Amino acid sequence: MIEFKLPSLGADMDEGTLLEWLVHPGDKVKKGQIVAVVDTSKTAVDVECWQEGTVADLLVEPQQKVPVGTVLALLLEAGESAADAEKYKRENLAPPIAAAPVVATPPAPAPTISAPMKKSALAGRRPITPIARRRAQELTVDLDTVTGSGPDGAVTLEDVEQAAARRAQGAAASNDKQANKPTDRQAEMRKAIAAAMSRSKREIPHYYLAEPIPMARALAWLAQENIQRPMAERLLPAVLLLKAVAKTLHEYPELNGFYRDGAFQQAMRVNPGVAVAMRQGGLLAPALLDADQKNLTTLMQELSDLVKRTRAGSLKSSELSEATITVTNLGDQGVESVFGVIYPPQVALVGFGRIIDKAWVEGGQVKVQPIVVASLAADHRVSDGHRGALFLTSLREHLQQPETLDTTQESEPS
Amino acid sequence: MTENEVKQVALSVLVSIAPEVADAELQADKPLRRQVDLDSMDWLNFLLGLNEKLHVEIPEADYARLVTLNDVVKYLVAKLP
Amino acid sequence: MIDNTNKKRISYRDALHDGLREALQQDPRVFLLGEDVGRYGGTYAVSKNLLDEFGPERIRDTPLSELAFVGMGIGAALGGMRPIVEVMTVNFSLLALDQIINTAAIYHHMSGGQFSVPLVIRMSTGAGRQVAAQHSNSFEGWFAHIPGIKILAPATIDDARHMLAAALADPDPVLLFEHAALYNMEGELPADGSVDIKSAKVRRAGTDVALITYGGSLPKALQAAEALAQENISAEVLDLRVLRPLDTGAIVASVRKCHRAVVIDEGWRSGSLSAEVMARIMEQAFFDLDAPVARVCAEEVPIPYARHLEEAALPQPEKIITAVKALLGESA
Repeated sequence: MIEFKLPSLGADMDEGTLLEWLVHPGDKVKKGQIVAVVDTSKTAVDVECWQEGTVADLLVEPQQKVPVGTVLALLLEAGESAADAEKYKRENLAPPIAAAPVVATPPAPAPTISAPMKKSALAGRRPITPIARRRAQELTVDLDTVTGSGPDGAVTLEDVEQAAARRAQGAAASNDKQANKPTDRQAEMRKAIAAAMSRSKREIPHYYLAEPIPMARALAWLAQENIQRPMAERLLPAVLLLKAVAKTLHEYPELNGFYRDGAFQQAMRVNPGVAVAMRQGGLLAPALLDADQKNLTTLMQELSDLVKRTRAGSLKSSELSEATITVTNLGDQGVESVFGVIYPPQVALVGFGRIIDKAWVEGGQVKVQPIVVASLAADHRVSDGHRGALFLTSLREHLQQPETLDTTQESEPS
Repeated sequence: MTENEVKQVALSVLVSIAPEVADAELQADKPLRRQVDLDSMDWLNFLLGLNEKLHVEIPEADYARLVTLNDVVKYLVAKLP
Repeated sequence: MIDNTNKKRISYRDALHDGLREALQQDPRVFLLGEDVGRYGGTYAVSKNLLDEFGPERIRDTPLSELAFVGMGIGAALGGMRPIVEVMTVNFSLLALDQIINTAAIYHHMSGGQFSVPLVIRMSTGAGRQVAAQHSNSFEGWFAHIPGIKILAPATIDDARHMLAAALADPDPVLLFEHAALYNMEGELPADGSVDIKSAKVRRAGTDVALITYGGSLPKALQAAEALAQENISAEVLDLRVLRPLDTGAIVASVRKCHRAVVIDEGWRSGSLSAEVMARIMEQAFFDLDAPVARVCAEEVPIPYARHLEEAALPQPEKIITAVKALLGESA
């Protein structure tokens, strides 16, 4: 039995609303197939399934908001039947335990009766009555969204049934998956960014380094390349920078990965998340998957496609969840340098400023050179300034040999 | 194609990239990318869109000449096939 | 008082009397023995005038020794008679515990099934009459702990009238607890002339909360249900009637229907019958519960003599209402 769970599509996501199922019970699902559309607080996402199987049961209905990790569907493995799914459901899928703290003030217990429940017995766990829990499972009501009206604020059967009724009304009122008003969407995104960035600044001891990088060679090479290319295939400097970062990360794997549960987990792929500003405000940083493995033409196409889809709200779940580092390029906004805030659980962020013509001393000569300031914000729990400095130095060297960046390369053991 | 027709095409391409743009507010003689928040990818897509609709090839070397909407329109009119 | 003609409305006391008289009339093996049952007519006047009607052979006054006369009853039952032993109150039954538990309840087992003890022991139970701690106990829950005996708690006119016949028909010892506060209760006697001693009965149907009770607390539960109905709270009242063996099916059915339950028991709550009822709900109806099961029991003190303290120590309709509202998340 395969449990298809709601993936976390970023540190700022702890729940999602299922917008649409793209598969039905009985459908065969291939690895990587998009099976559902889920709304995070930021955007609608095409969620891929990474296992093969046959859809047995869709456990969550459209318009339902569920926590990350909720089993959305059960998929049968080869040789399993619908009966196996039923059995599995009964035995393994207990309704989620709500963790919300008790806030309701219970009525003062009458001293002359045996109080049904002592206040202290509720410490740390939100009371949900057994039948409410059972009914919530039957009606697929997310208990976290239900306010309790029972003794000591317990969620009761009636609370669950009313929540289900409200949901049905709500769904009928807005079948449109983009029903969220833009202002709601913006407010939600703002909240999500606030949560992720606050966590970052609270938890991650950032250190910051910057290095001006001469870009004369790189830009000359690019200009040369672009003359030969039709307009649609022309390369932006951003692509060259991204590829250089991806390649350099092979030498400094401690900047590419995640800090989870008190330890660094090195990522096996290099998937730089590209910070994309949304026109209505806010930003997303979807991943350019395996950027180190791809030539510049492919990367350019993928970057262009990624930006378009980010703004159109049709990203894939893997693009949102699998970024291993973030690259932000604020050069177009006209600033010289940027010191970013790491997107947890990632451990580093590389920033690029505007490419500016500057007086530059090389071989004892002052000359005008296009310069870009590359910066690194990194997690001091995982790496140190010395290694970070070496990373930026190496990045600089790679950008002096732009032709070596336009290769597909085998993944090096790192 | 008149200058005005070219301008309308340019605006329609621009709106497809930056839907919030209202042409009334756009000053055709002021730098375009400063008025409309266009990053390098947006700019490239703008030029690509013009290329598709008007079949005008715009070499990278000419990008620097295209600062205002008027610049763009004049450049395109001159190069219309 | 012994008017048993065609009058339908009678007292609990008279219903018991009529049942007793009928048993004596119908089966010559039936006889009554106990303290003051003959000349005095019974402490609660249940056997009034029966001595005149059935004579001293069948209505036998005994010495003040519960151990002895319960033992006599057991011997008579073993000898083929159908004795009805009246123990004046449950408080005095403590003196006969050895006979009841170690002999009557076990004899069938100890004799390898060769002997049955078709004995009926009647006794009054409960508080509420200002007779102080030594005369106000409710030990029926204790007896319900013992395998080998049946425990009955008639709380209606119908049960008072007909439970005795069913008890006498049973081949094993049956203890029948008459609540002292109910003797003066009056009610209609239905025409139908028999009851079972197996099932609990819904005395008032409801949907919001099950009030599970028996004996002297039944009228209080019904009173509470009536008051709750005024506030649109629909309470079901389940009369257990038979405390051993418990009709678990009926308890579970009411809980499944109402999703909330309050157990009302005049016994103290620690280690009590109410605890047993709650335990069975947990075992069999846990996933149907929409609130913790609550209890209204006697306060864990010797029952006080002073009226206001006695009232405060016992389950009362107001306490039941408060408990129900707490389950519904409302403050009283």
